[in-house]
Amino acid sequence: MTTSLNLRAIVLSLAILFVFLSGWHIAVQSGGGGPAANIDPEYAKLLGQQVTQGKSAMPGPLDVGKTLWGHLANPFYDKGPNDKGLGVQLAYSLGRVLLGYLLAVLVAIPLGFLIGMSPLISKALDPFIQVLKPISPLAWMPLALYTIKDSGISAIFVIFICSVWPMLLNTAFGVSAVRKEWLNVARTLEVGPVRRAFTIILPAAAPTILTGMRISIGIAWLVIVAAEMLVGGTGIGYFVWNEWNNLSITNVIVAIFVIGVMGMVLDQTLARFQRAVTYPD
Amino acid sequence: MTTQNDKFVSIEGIARRYPKAGGGTTTVFEDLWFSMRKGEFACIIGHSGCGKTTVLNILNGLDAPDDGAAIVDGKAIEGPSLDRAVIFQGHSLLPWRTVLGNVSYAVAARHRDWPKAKVNAHAMAFIEKVGLKGSELKKPSELSGGMKQRVGIARALSIEPKMMLMDEPFSALDALTRGTLQDEVRRICLETGQTAFMITHDVDEAIYLADRIVLMTNGPNAMIAEIVENPLPRDRKRTEVHHHPGYYAIRNHLIDFLVVRSKTFKDAVPDGYDRRHPPVVRPGADTTPEPAGRAAA
Repeated sequence: MTTSLNLRAIVLSLAILFVFLSGWHIAVQSGGGGPAANIDPEYAKLLGQQVTQGKSAMPGPLDVGKTLWGHLANPFYDKGPNDKGLGVQLAYSLGRVLLGYLLAVLVAIPLGFLIGMSPLISKALDPFIQVLKPISPLAWMPLALYTIKDSGISAIFVIFICSVWPMLLNTAFGVSAVRKEWLNVARTLEVGPVRRAFTIILPAAAPTILTGMRISIGIAWLVIVAAEMLVGGTGIGYFVWNEWNNLSITNVIVAIFVIGVMGMVLDQTLARFQRAVTYPD
Repeated sequence: MTTQNDKFVSIEGIARRYPKAGGGTTTVFEDLWFSMRKGEFACIIGHSGCGKTTVLNILNGLDAPDDGAAIVDGKAIEGPSLDRAVIFQGHSLLPWRTVLGNVSYAVAARHRDWPKAKVNAHAMAFIEKVGLKGSELKKPSELSGGMKQRVGIARALSIEPKMMLMDEPFSALDALTRGTLQDEVRRICLETGQTAFMITHDVDEAIYLADRIVLMTNGPNAMIAEIVENPLPRDRKRTEVHHHPGYYAIRNHLIDFLVVRSKTFKDAVPDGYDRRHPPVVRPGADTTPEPAGRAAA
């Protein structure tokens, strides 16, 4: 029964993909109103093909596929600041995300533990968290650029600040919700507070913590594109913006697709960790 | 030395009070006195809210009395200790650990300097003792309720405590499983000479397991109405207990207490009642003195 369900789902997915791609293909082909005949040849050169020959600037799926294949065939070339392979750009973005995210893990999880274990600290920090949490991470960018004076590190800081909150709140919640009976087991066995934190609270709260980490990596990947559009230089976000300036819609679409796939990979990786620490009750 | 053994566990005038919501205090109980011999099995019976669990938590060190002291083996209780193992009402196993992991967690807490192999071997010995050999690598979620509680028993035994404290350990189990586990707890306690203190609602469980049964009146201001000595022979069998001539005398006595006297005792405290020495009764003892009972069984 499940196999047939899976099989049917795959067939339906492929059908939807086919309909989408052919719709896209047809829409792009029929776009434009035919060649503009009465146009100054000099002006026509400036305007490019889409105006002079009626060809749409929007590439079809075949163009995108071809370009994507080109990028995948040679992902790591580097021909100066404005022409780097997609793999290189992705690696820059990933590096920033992982660095900022790792810093956030190092801050959020111990702090979350503290908040979860101490009602006093929880109450004292609550107003700060409530105010800081809803701030768009990009709003920190000017302040980061001014104080850090380095666009690359500023981007990492923005990633840090956006990934810290879900992890912090989930860790605090997970730690404070550890069942009293498990803590009592440790207490009656005279297990010390440090050992208790690592052998009872951490494994008990791990699924909740991982949920926060998974939300955080998703947000970090959303934010890095926007952050790199602002700071420029390298990265997949910069690539998108650069290709927009080049009016290469094909490359923009390729980049969008790659961003989506990479985000999925990050999410699934965290999902795997989450499954590993989840315990049936 | 005999006094030491007679009062292996000694509860001396303990009181526990909680602040009331609208100010003032609620006294759960006060001036409570009770002692246990080494190797004795005591059950405490009373209605919900009479403070049985509070007494148990004071004995295991998770709670502290506002007045008085609880003394085990000559030392006042100051917080939880590995000398007193607890079998919780819910099995309270750690769900992310296997059966072996749960038991060895306790063993490693007891013997911090032991290498892992020795810890696991020690844990396995107790897993075998409760009949769970072959299931040691299962997670608690893969076990039935009875098996989970067996793991809880193995965990409590594995630290080789001076006494065992049980908070309605079998109340969540079906009757059949409860019976087998009662047999096992009784067998293990008799074999190892374990001192055990158990909260229960089940009169038959108390009659089968306990040497003495403590009757607590309703709370607040609960008191120990009396201590019932079990007239049944020590080598009783669960399947034969109800044929013993003294069985209905003690059973009726306990049920009478739970149904009527637990409420009324406080209003008409008998003359000469001494909180330090609550009356000891032995229902059915006159019909069957112990030697005769032993011969009958």
